[in-house]
Amino acid sequence: MTYIAKPQFHHPGLPKNALGYTRRDYEGAVSTLCAGCGHDSISAAIIQACFDLDIQPHRVAKLSGIGCSSKTPAYFLGNSHGFNTVHGRMPSVLTGANLANRELVYLGVSGDGDSASIGIGQFVHAIRRGVNMVYIVENNGVYGLTKGQFSATADKGSKSKKGASNADTPIDLVMLAMELGATYVARSFSGDKEQLVPLIKGAIAHRGAAFIDVVSPCVAFNNHPGSTKSYDYVRAHNEAVNSLDIISPREEITARYPAGTAAMVTLHDGSQMLLKKLAEDYEPRDKIAAMQFLMKHSAAGQVVTGLLYAEDDSDDLHEHIGTVLAPLNTLGDAELCPGSRALAGINAGLR
Amino acid sequence: MSLSGSQGSGQPIAPIAAVNDFVVKFANVNGSGSASANLLFAKSILRMGVPIAPRNIFPSNIQGLPTWYELRVSEAGHLGRRGGVDMMVAMNPQTWDKDVQEIEPGGYLFYDCTKPLPSSKFRADVRVIGMPLTGICNERYTDPRQRQLFKNIVYVGALSALIGVELDVVSQLIGEQYKGKEKLLKPNIEALKLGHDWAMANLEPVGLRVVRSDRVGDRIFVEGNAAAALGAVYGGATVCAWYPITPSTSTAEAFMKHCSKLRVDPETGKNRFAIIQAEDEIASIGIVVGAGWNGARAFTCTSGPGISLMQEFIGLAYFAEIPAVIVDVQRGGPSTGMPTRTQQSDILLCAYASHGDTRHVLLFPEDPKECFDFGATSFDLAERLQTPIFLMLDLDIGMNERLCEPFTWDDSRSMDRGKVLHHARLEDGAAFGRYLDVDGDGITWRTYPGAHPTKGSYFTRGTTKDRMARYSEAGPDYIENMTRLQRKFDTAKGLVPGPIIRMAAGPTPVGVLYYGSTAPAMNEALEAFEADGVHIDAIRVRAFPFSAEVEQFIAEHDCVFVVEQNRDSQLRSLLVNELEIDPKRLPPIVHYDGTPITARFIVRTIGAKLGAIAAPERVLGREEARP
Ligand SMILES: Cc1ncc(C[n+]2csc(CCOP(=O)(O)OP(=O)(O)O)c2C)c(N)n1
Ligand code: SF4
Ligand SMILES: [Mg+2]
Repeated sequence: MTYIAKPQFHHPGLPKNALGYTRRDYEGAVSTLCAGCGHDSISAAIIQACFDLDIQPHRVAKLSGIGCSSKTPAYFLGNSHGFNTVHGRMPSVLTGANLANRELVYLGVSGDGDSASIGIGQFVHAIRRGVNMVYIVENNGVYGLTKGQFSATADKGSKSKKGASNADTPIDLVMLAMELGATYVARSFSGDKEQLVPLIKGAIAHRGAAFIDVVSPCVAFNNHPGSTKSYDYVRAHNEAVNSLDIISPREEITARYPAGTAAMVTLHDGSQMLLKKLAEDYEPRDKIAAMQFLMKHSAAGQVVTGLLYAEDDSDDLHEHIGTVLAPLNTLGDAELCPGSRALAGINAGLR
Repeated sequence: MSLSGSQGSGQPIAPIAAVNDFVVKFANVNGSGSASANLLFAKSILRMGVPIAPRNIFPSNIQGLPTWYELRVSEAGHLGRRGGVDMMVAMNPQTWDKDVQEIEPGGYLFYDCTKPLPSSKFRADVRVIGMPLTGICNERYTDPRQRQLFKNIVYVGALSALIGVELDVVSQLIGEQYKGKEKLLKPNIEALKLGHDWAMANLEPVGLRVVRSDRVGDRIFVEGNAAAALGAVYGGATVCAWYPITPSTSTAEAFMKHCSKLRVDPETGKNRFAIIQAEDEIASIGIVVGAGWNGARAFTCTSGPGISLMQEFIGLAYFAEIPAVIVDVQRGGPSTGMPTRTQQSDILLCAYASHGDTRHVLLFPEDPKECFDFGATSFDLAERLQTPIFLMLDLDIGMNERLCEPFTWDDSRSMDRGKVLHHARLEDGAAFGRYLDVDGDGITWRTYPGAHPTKGSYFTRGTTKDRMARYSEAGPDYIENMTRLQRKFDTAKGLVPGPIIRMAAGPTPVGVLYYGSTAPAMNEALEAFEADGVHIDAIRVRAFPFSAEVEQFIAEHDCVFVVEQNRDSQLRSLLVNELEIDPKRLPPIVHYDGTPITARFIVRTIGAKLGAIAAPERVLGREEARP
């Protein structure tokens, strides 16, 4: 089922990855989002991550719900199949797609409205089931596409563009994902490509439900003073607990870190994940301590970012339900249809 | 102690005498273990070569509420509900009065007479058969659980003695049931004999008799839900996503059971299927849509409330053209309605499901055999037409064991995967436009995700797009797409199962149109009409869109009764709307109290209408009835 593409002709100067693809082979249609929208930076980070990991673009299936954020799969990986589903229901469609063919990389892109309001049920259950996917929420605290209403991730007391104050308790999708058993949980900021690209790479390399909450300012409706999802606010309150490096199997590890400051983990696909501590007391393998840290710091108005939780020996839905290794969509009559002989036996048992 | 004979006062009435043609109804308490005993009794009659048609009438409750098992014994093979009861096995004091009331004059009442009842509790025109079941069981068993469970087998033994069911046959069935569980087998056989021998010694035989016959043939006895699930296995379904709801739950459960036997890779022990019990029906259909988009055959099973929740996704699957199979086991609506009763009331909901202009393919199986056939075919149709296919069962077909022709399978048959461009054809330079109607049948070619590095990828969306699947808000693109979808629906007319037409013995301007679980009652009603010299042509519709024969049949008759099990004559609305037929030519006959329609009802209502308009040939003259 795997085919290596012949790369198209490009400017000879463009750098190529191990498959011979240039970054352009990972791009999509021209974005129609507002200039400066955080979502576009996330698309760029996805492109970079896939290029760096030498992923064949067509082996990625990109799915989304409805919203500005959910439009973005049209703007990256133009050679991948994409599916813009219905509002809040990307997780179920992705789950079904994943069941049909376990060999592709499944990338789900959603918004905070899409995942924390209308689709929270599906978010919760796809994570619980351990669907092998990269689930990115482009979190701007508002419904961008319907023009700036508060979303369920808007912080209590944060101000709308028109000055209204949000009275409701926010949903922290990171905490929820951890509680629900996501095996890779991260938070980042669309304005911090250095941090975001490796986190996406780690999520792709990870097997199981990987969730990344990316704070992604909406310049049209939620980038003003009083908003806690603005560029300025996040820059001022971003507290990165670690920094990540994903080293593909063929790369050589060159950097040296003082003992105790970095941990190396071999991922499912053979690449190495090098995690460098920034916060002394943060241990992303200790879920309870991590959740405590997150609660404490978010109560203080901090936006904690980095790889927040990871399990090394994770598995996924297919393992839980014991499906065959061959993609279900490749099974033919011989494998699926028991035939007339078996039917005669069934008939005999019904008399 | 002789307990047989009439206990009530008043004049005696001739007891009903019938051989292989009567109705026995068991009134039980839910959760008392009666269901398997009743089934045992029913199957014993079947094994004697006499057709039976049992129906469960049960509450939406696990334990303690009334439940009934109505067993029709019919040498003639009438499998619809007959109506009326010849013998009531009244095991539930809660429903006693109503149960006694239901017995036909001259019928029989079998009851547990351990505690005496006042004579006012009986009817003069019903013969009472008392058996001290509790007393007998209390004497024989010490464990209270055994007392309850074996009471059921004891009455099966007694009833067998009363109506002539061969004890060997019952014993053999018990043997099959407890094969390998000798510990359970022996006491069950003992209880059976206990009841049988007591009845032989103390009760007089009744006028209802079962005698060996040969009218069953090689037919099988199975529930529609299990048959549809087996159809899904044979049809190549690999993904099932569902959320529990009566009366559809047993479809998913049966799929699970069938798959665990038929779809496990013998080498690795791994599953060639994936079943997800989703968080709700929205997720169920979402999973099905995702799997269908990615080239797996997928289905969900649900009932009316689930279909209501799925509306948005059904519209997406229609508009983005994704194969999906939805099994709707209909129950009484609206809202929670009558969750454990039967209806055909989701017809319009499914035919036009979702917002905007939509039309969906519906299949109407008449019995488990067609549940199996259509179950398998629905996946071919879904992939051929790239659209949702609704398999319309109802509780009556789905949850009752029904006698039907054995399942058959042609081993030379293979799955029709529809128009898919795979890697090789893309590589060979096949032109690809996801919504380009190259063949003129409205069905366009699709590709699976991951098929080719540079060719065949496209973006699937619920928004308007052009032929190349590019986002478009242009009116002409929208209209082109919507007219093509309608063209595709016309193509479906030639692919779905056509109607079954049954012409009367003589020419007639009167027809009757029906579908689904109405079939057995209708077959019986038509025989009755014919026996009375009333000619009615009949057409059993098996799918929507309606094929040309349906239109032609209606055109050839002045008046076509449309018989349905819903209040609003939903299929009739569909006929009027889709075929532009004058509604006056389609008098509605509706039965919607939640019980399965009966031949008696059909004969009475159609008979009354025909009577009221006198000889139909004269009154409904062709000229007069035409608009
Ligand atoms: C069933 C349904 N209800 C409402 C809408 C309208 N709607 C479109 S996008 C959206 C909110 C999107 O917010 P979010 O997911 O945060 O995306 P953003 O635009 O902020 O990136 C809503 C309510 C819809 N498309 N479908
Ligand atoms: S409205 Fe907000 S979220 Fe939408 S594109 Fe503009 S900036 Fe981005
Ligand atoms: Mg948003």
